[in-house]
Amino acid sequence: MSNVGIVIVSHSPLVAEGTADMVRQMVGDEVPLAWCGGNGHGGLGTSVEAIMGAIDKAWSEAGVAILVDLGGAETNSEMAVEMIGEPRSHKIIVCNAPIVEGAVMAATESSGGASLKEVVATAHELSPS
Amino acid sequence: MAAADFSRLIAAAADTIAAHAEELTALDQAVGDGDHGLNMKRGFEAVRAEADAFAAKPLPEALKAVGTKLVMTVGGASGPLFGTLFMALGKDLPAAPDRDGLTAALGRAIDAVAARGKSQPGQKTMLDVLQPVYEALAQGKTAGQIADAADKAAEATVPMKALRGRASFLGERSIGHMDAGARSTALLVRAVAEAIEGN
Repeated sequence: MSNVGIVIVSHSPLVAEGTADMVRQMVGDEVPLAWCGGNGHGGLGTSVEAIMGAIDKAWSEAGVAILVDLGGAETNSEMAVEMIGEPRSHKIIVCNAPIVEGAVMAATESSGGASLKEVVATAHELSPS
Repeated sequence: MAAADFSRLIAAAADTIAAHAEELTALDQAVGDGDHGLNMKRGFEAVRAEADAFAAKPLPEALKAVGTKLVMTVGGASGPLFGTLFMALGKDLPAAPDRDGLTAALGRAIDAVAARGKSQPGQKTMLDVLQPVYEALAQGKTAGQIADAADKAAEATVPMKALRGRASFLGERSIGHMDAGARSTALLVRAVAEAIEGN
C-alpha cells in the first residue's frame, strides 16, 4: 500500500526546503515528499507551474496533501490542483494548517499508512477553529 | 471576432499594463508586497508574445489560452485571480457573443474569481471594479461609460479596509490607498473598451 504524498509550498524556497528537511529527519523517507518555493523569477512568491511539478514528484495513488504558508500559496495551490484536473484532482487536498507543524504531523500520519482523509484531518487539528 | 481584432485587444491590454507598471507597483508597495506591476507586465508580455497564435483560435479557446498563460507567468496571487477571470470568460462566452452573452459570461466569471479568492465585493479587491463593470454592461451603458465606471470603482477602493490578500495584514493601515488589483482591472477594462469602441 502506498503512503499519502506531502507537498510543501512556501513563498520562500528556504522555508520550503527547511520544512522538508525537518520532515525527512523526523519522519523518514517512506513518505513521498516534494517542496517548492519562490516565484520562479528569483523572488519570493509561489508558482502554479512549480506546484504542479511538486505534486507530480510526490504523487501517490493514496493521494497528496499540500501544506502552504500565506494566502497566495493557497490560491496558487488550488489553481494547480484545478489545472491538474480529474481524476487526480480528487485525490489532492490543500490543508488548512501551519506549514511546518502541519507538514510534520501530516507526514507522521502518512508514514503509518493513514488515508488521505486521516492525514488531512490530523493537519487540520493544528488550526484554531 | 476576427483574429486581427483579438490581437488588437491583447496589444491594448499589454500596452496599458506596461505603461502603468510602475504606478501599479507603487500602489502595491503601499499595502502589499510591491510586485504587482512587474508581475502583471511579465504576464501580459508573455500573452503578447503569443497573441497571433491565441487570436487564431475561436474566441472561447483564445480567452482560455490567455488565462492559462497568465496563471503560469504572472505569479503571486494575481496570476490565478486574473487567469481565472479570463479562463472563466472563455468557458462561458459563445463564439460570437452579443451584449447579453458577454454580460452573462462576465457574471459567471466574477463568481469564479470570487470563489478563487474566497472574497466578495467590498473587501478592497479587483471584484470591487468587476462588479460595477458587470452592472454597467447589464444596464446597456456605452464602452466609454463602462470604462468610466471602472475608474470610479477603482478610486472607491481608496477608503476601503482590505479584508483579503496580503493587504489585509495591514488592517486599518490599508485604508487610504487604492487597491493595485482594482487599478489594474480598471486599466484593462478601459483598454478593451477603447479598443472595441475604436472599431
